[in-house]
Amino acid sequence: MSLQTTLLLIPLLPLAGAIVAGIFRNQVGRAGSHVVTILGVAISFGLSAWVLYQQVSGTLDSVNISVYTWMVADGIRFQVGFLVDHLTTLMMCVVTFVSLMVHIYTIGYMREDPGYQRFFSYIALFTFSMLMLVMSNNFLQLFFGWEAVGLVSYLLIGFWFNKETAIAANLKAFLVNRVGDFGFLLGIAAVLLTFGTLDYAEVFGRANEVVGQTLSVPGGMEWDMLTFICVCLFIGAMGKSAQAPLHVWLPDSMEGPTPISALIHAATMVTAGIFMVARMSPLFEMSDVALSFVMLIGAVTALSMGLIGIVQNDVKRVIAYSTLSQLGYMTVALGVSAYSAAIFHLMTHAFFKALLFLGAGSVIIALHHQQDMRYMGGLRKYMPVTWITAWVGTLALVGFPFFAGFYSKDAIIEAVGASHRWGSGFAYFAVVIGVLITAIYSFRLLYLTFHGPEKFTVDKDCGEHPPPGQLAHDPEESPLVVTVPLVLLAIPSVFIGWLTIEPVLFGGWLNDSIVVLEKNNVLAELGEHFHGATAMAQHAIYTLPFWLMITGLIAATLIYLIRPSVADAIARRLPFLYRLLDHKYYFDELYLKVFARGGVRLGRSLWHRADAGFIDDGIVNGAARLTKWLAALVRRWQTGFLYDYAFAMIIGLIGILAVWVAMVPGL
Amino acid sequence: MNGFLLSTLIWLPIVGGIAVMLVGGHRPAMARGVALLVTMVTFLWSLPLFFSFDTTTAVMQFVESRPWVETFNIRYYLGVDGFSAPLILLTSFFGPLVVIAGWRSITKNVNQYMAAFLVMEGLMIGVFSTLDGLLFYIFFEAMLIPMFLVIGIWGGPRRVYATLKFFLYTFLGSVFMLIGLIYLYIQSGSWNILDWHTMPLSLVAQKWLFLGFLAAFSVKIPMFPVHTWLPDAHVEAPTGGSVILAAIMLKIGGYGFIRFSLPITPDASAVLDWLVIALSLIAVVYIGFVALAQQDMKKLIAYSSISHMGFVTLGLFVAFSIYRNTGGVAGAALGVEGAMVQMISHGFISGALFLTVGVLYDRVHSRMIKDYGGVANTMPWFALFAVFFLMANSGLPGTSGFVGEFMVILSSFQANFWFAFLAALTLILGAAYSLWLAKRVIFGAVANRQVENLQDINSREALVLGILAVAILFFGLWPQPLVEMLQVSVDHLLQHIVQSKVM
Repeated sequence: MSLQTTLLLIPLLPLAGAIVAGIFRNQVGRAGSHVVTILGVAISFGLSAWVLYQQVSGTLDSVNISVYTWMVADGIRFQVGFLVDHLTTLMMCVVTFVSLMVHIYTIGYMREDPGYQRFFSYIALFTFSMLMLVMSNNFLQLFFGWEAVGLVSYLLIGFWFNKETAIAANLKAFLVNRVGDFGFLLGIAAVLLTFGTLDYAEVFGRANEVVGQTLSVPGGMEWDMLTFICVCLFIGAMGKSAQAPLHVWLPDSMEGPTPISALIHAATMVTAGIFMVARMSPLFEMSDVALSFVMLIGAVTALSMGLIGIVQNDVKRVIAYSTLSQLGYMTVALGVSAYSAAIFHLMTHAFFKALLFLGAGSVIIALHHQQDMRYMGGLRKYMPVTWITAWVGTLALVGFPFFAGFYSKDAIIEAVGASHRWGSGFAYFAVVIGVLITAIYSFRLLYLTFHGPEKFTVDKDCGEHPPPGQLAHDPEESPLVVTVPLVLLAIPSVFIGWLTIEPVLFGGWLNDSIVVLEKNNVLAELGEHFHGATAMAQHAIYTLPFWLMITGLIAATLIYLIRPSVADAIARRLPFLYRLLDHKYYFDELYLKVFARGGVRLGRSLWHRADAGFIDDGIVNGAARLTKWLAALVRRWQTGFLYDYAFAMIIGLIGILAVWVAMVPGL
Repeated sequence: MNGFLLSTLIWLPIVGGIAVMLVGGHRPAMARGVALLVTMVTFLWSLPLFFSFDTTTAVMQFVESRPWVETFNIRYYLGVDGFSAPLILLTSFFGPLVVIAGWRSITKNVNQYMAAFLVMEGLMIGVFSTLDGLLFYIFFEAMLIPMFLVIGIWGGPRRVYATLKFFLYTFLGSVFMLIGLIYLYIQSGSWNILDWHTMPLSLVAQKWLFLGFLAAFSVKIPMFPVHTWLPDAHVEAPTGGSVILAAIMLKIGGYGFIRFSLPITPDASAVLDWLVIALSLIAVVYIGFVALAQQDMKKLIAYSSISHMGFVTLGLFVAFSIYRNTGGVAGAALGVEGAMVQMISHGFISGALFLTVGVLYDRVHSRMIKDYGGVANTMPWFALFAVFFLMANSGLPGTSGFVGEFMVILSSFQANFWFAFLAALTLILGAAYSLWLAKRVIFGAVANRQVENLQDINSREALVLGILAVAILFFGLWPQPLVEMLQVSVDHLLQHIVQSKVM
């Protein structure tokens, strides 16, 4: 099998699965739909792993091939093609592995759902889109994948389309993403204007030639072209990777079924923005302004979103805010030019966050779709596998030494500390305090769910739709199709950091994809103090983040496990702060009022006043009224008497003759 | 047979239409059958325009020319280039679809309905293929008559108001064009449009001609602020009428700019380009907001059409700014090609959307958004198509709706940052009105008894929508065949319009 065929099969197999499960849903049935999609994604993962193996063993260099020409317009060739370097391969493996786990898990989670085939079709379609995005070798295809994952996300958030909240959430998600894409598209237009091509290799190769070039904006402004490009592209990333203030769609996206919260809204799609900036590192490196902007946005997101997580009661929303905060960490890393650290955290986060979401999903099915943590507690004795894997995921998330998240998060914190970029002092503060906050909300979640007293009652006669907190029978551990993916995700959540930190961060494995200028290279600085993964973990107890994490653990244990009344007391003492966090800083209220309602109101008033009022009623119908009035006037002359008409004819004839005589010369 | 290809495409549907008329009102099945046969043959007959089209030349192809009224040097002169050939194909492509779409929903005077559409098809192909100014004018006006009848007879309750508005608006505009055409004939002694292209003209004369053409084509396409006839016409027209109106007739306005305004009055176009660009951007943004407020599905799609046509006029006229900025036309071809791609794509998408609304209207007899909700529960396959077409309408990459807008935005960025900025707002506005519509009509819980009793689309409807979906997907994933047809003609046009014609 040629390399090109292999690379083509990787995205096309999930697509084929999606088509079979979607269009022929009635023919293949439920089992058929999951067999065909899982098979597609599994082979796709196998092939990705094979490409990775070849690249690790050095038998395969990075590949840049064109698949077909989309169009040639104005002398510009727009192509569809693959750039498979180490960065891409890593993303391909992460995407297909998490997707495979989610596919298997879905068999259990969606067992009773009438939209079973449709769901498999969507998640397979998502896998295809995401692969096209990460494998692209040009901006056009990147945008294709970018919008395609947005489309599938839209379809999946609104999967239960009878739920009003779900279809409000998916509309919101799509529109907020479109705001980001608006910037993204202008960025792409600027790339085309500057470089005359949308091909990565050419654009990146000539990035340093265009330094200092400006964009003259009518209105008397001159903007630095590369800064403009990078800021615009990053606005796209802010939409997709849910950075403040475009983060508002992600918490609401939890309305979708839990498997997609894990796959799309934690592990893969939301990291597309991070991936994109890392991919564009040759451009971003040329603009310190853009990088500072990236870093500050990330820092604000990391800190502010984590705080919200502390006060949420919906188990999925807590994890969603945690995701926002962790995406903020990755963004900060991008901003200090530690692109590899961002990608590294992206990878570890994909595993442990998917694990946490799927664990939450396992709890949710056991409690018959109860997501409110106020009706949970004490589940550890009913669901041991879910409980232990949730602990693994949490320890990885808070950055406990030796766990995956420890390595990636610590690297980011160290990198920010070493950076001299404008604003990095604030960013350092944000990511360090973030550790404390992460620990608080993570352990709070764990305690409220699995530990402490049971806050639900079991009543056999509570009927079909029991009130919250009542169950017809004891919660049970989920079936194997659910627990096996949990275990399979728990393994990398423990080991992947320890295993790969050296090659990914310090061994230069991503050097074929990522460009860092000498003056920005904070990771090289860290590398000088790096003496192996084990030593790094052992050294952790001498660092501030470790003790902040322990502080968070102790605080959470005291507040949520030992003395639950303390939490309410704090909330009562600080009503302003509590309300601010509970309302998520009032972003939703503001956007709803200004953009959603304001936009519709503007449209309505333009329609009634300008379109129907002024143009149509004023001018168009006004002209008709004027004609009518004139006609009424002229109608008086139509008397119906022959002599009137004869008279008029004679007058007319005389008039015409007079004009003729006057006009024709020589008569 | 290439010698008579275009004539056949014009006269076959017209003669076929008369034949269908003669079938009589008492044999509807036969009227439908004949109409379908004629449109299918016409479509197949038009395929050489694609397969035998020479993409390496901007010279007119499939030319037919013979004297008609020798006293006034009027000729029966037909021919196509990269601009008209795709539009003729689009027209003949829609012929069978419209017949199939009206198969069951039209029960009154079936033979007359079908005849009107067949005659209209022939006349529209005539508009696109003629190269004689007077013949163009005749086709241009004659086309109004069948559409006038379609809306007036098979239309909704306010059809009289709508037809009069439609007729007077377009007629008024074209009268100014007629004056221009007569002036051009007097100056050149010829009705040959290609002669007019090369004829020198003073700037003042060009300006008057430009405004005359603008009056005709801005109403037709339609541009802000002469657009208000379109929503009314769409609302009252039967489904087939809306489809032809949106998919083909609007494009005649865009085609007019390409065939008349730009090449005959290039200097005036360069001087007055700001006017067209400003109106186009208003169309994109202002009409986008107006669309957001609509409560009637057909009106919403009508406003969306106006907004999308803004991209056509924008793409056609950014060339002059680029030329002024850079002294060259690099990047301008993207705009003109984008405008053409947008016209073809909008044909598919708007046609599909009106058919989609038609499917619902046939069942519930309401176009109001509030009468629906949760249609996906009872019509899952229909919902699949509807959401797909709405996504295409919001310019999703992978659908043809993306290609034209993308090209025009790229091109206008080269002209002026703010043009691109305002045009790109469609990304947000287009998604907002399209998907909000989806949310209110397709998704949600079953809203009422009528929605509960809905039957999913039958195979006839699925066939029509499926064909359009394939077309939209095809040109979204591979626009090259279309762009290749345009390329040489666009380059030729751009070389032509940057050369002054002022003596």
